[in-house]
Amino acid sequence: MTDTRKPVEDILTDYDIFDPEFVKDPYSAFSEIRESGCPIAHTERYAGSWLPTRYDDVVAIAQEYETFTSQSILVLPPIPGQNEGQYGGVKAPPISSDPPEHHWHRRLILPVFAPQAVAKYEQGTKDLCNSLIDEFIDKGTADVAGDYAQHIPVRVIATLLGVPLEMESDFTAWVRAALENITDVEGRKWARQNIIQFFLAQVEDRKNNPRENDFISELMNTEVEGKKVPLDYVLGVCNLMLVAGVDTTWSAIGSCMWHMAQHPEHRKALRDNPELWPTAIEELLRVYAPVTMARVLSKDAEFQGCPMKAGDRVLMAFPAANRDPRQFENPDEVILDREHNRHVAFGSGIHRCAGSNLARLEVRVALQTFLARIPEFELVNPDDVTWAGGQVHGPRRCMVKF
Amino acid sequence: MRVSVDSGSCHGHQMCAIAAPEVFGSDELGNATVLIDGDIPEELQAKARRAEANCPERAIIITE
Repeated sequence: MTDTRKPVEDILTDYDIFDPEFVKDPYSAFSEIRESGCPIAHTERYAGSWLPTRYDDVVAIAQEYETFTSQSILVLPPIPGQNEGQYGGVKAPPISSDPPEHHWHRRLILPVFAPQAVAKYEQGTKDLCNSLIDEFIDKGTADVAGDYAQHIPVRVIATLLGVPLEMESDFTAWVRAALENITDVEGRKWARQNIIQFFLAQVEDRKNNPRENDFISELMNTEVEGKKVPLDYVLGVCNLMLVAGVDTTWSAIGSCMWHMAQHPEHRKALRDNPELWPTAIEELLRVYAPVTMARVLSKDAEFQGCPMKAGDRVLMAFPAANRDPRQFENPDEVILDREHNRHVAFGSGIHRCAGSNLARLEVRVALQTFLARIPEFELVNPDDVTWAGGQVHGPRRCMVKF
Repeated sequence: MRVSVDSGSCHGHQMCAIAAPEVFGSDELGNATVLIDGDIPEELQAKARRAEANCPERAIIITE
């Protein structure tokens, strides 16, 4: 494949988050920027953005939601014309919402994702993981990204939403077009149209055939201040659940599997000391945080000496914040029982990932189930692992043998 | 030792409940709650401190 992209001249003024080297290993670039005299880099590429890399800066920006708004949250500008037309108002609440609407947009979905509410998905997730392992355990080899991680969150989310699991490959294709291959604007349009049309049909079906204990039905029937929530909100929440609930957790599970394949001592530690699991999961989430979100400035503001303008995009590099040596000792090292870990894999402030408790559960169950059945495994070829990057970082092909 | 949660700062990361499940829990929205009325027993104090050190919002308040 010929790569026609312009080479990066200076990472501080010309970074390229879609550069193949950056996609594969963003951490070296984050570190170079973080330890330079200019820890908030800027680029003119992709309509321009700022890239803070220090923990304190990322957290401060996440807290300042009035200046750093969520009117556009992807690392690239919205699709041209996205906000026009009949379904132009469909966004991804509450992640795309700002106060005051943010409050009720978020309030309505939080109970679905509280720890005590997501616990009911544990057994189903475990059964799903076991059925995936059944498919490859006798072969002695597997793609832990494509044959394992990829299938887990999409099926958990489809179950939660009450939509057909048989459409898994469609959902995956839409999500990849919406979040991974996002430099392809036509692909993003295609994904958005498909997602909206799909959930519109699901809503129509529920109007004609009411269902009990069904997330979309309950959402449709929710009232705020005596009025049913608007259709744009229902479609938007479904859009968010699918787009934000699949690629992200799949990436986290994949990165953890990639890590475990290379660290027999960590597999052994978890086998010998199962009480390590809760802190181990937080540590793996810190080191392999998959998601970078964006904020857009509502007004001109100087931040840490950077002259930011209204409309500028800031990339919330949570993966960079999580490896800041000012906040974490030996930040690139996985320490399964790390004592102090204020990681921001799920963000910080009012937009803390609403699905974080479900994501944690999925990552833990995916790892525990795999390690229980296949205690010893290793990468077939470290150079053959492929990665997605930009908005979401994680392996897409990761062959292991056992 | 007593613990409390600054509900204005807590955004429901639940990292306190992961570090000290005997001390912290979750309300209906997933925000932190304190499960122990009054003094934190000696044997749970280290865990409570760990919870404080793992809150990304610095919402856990310990008074001694």
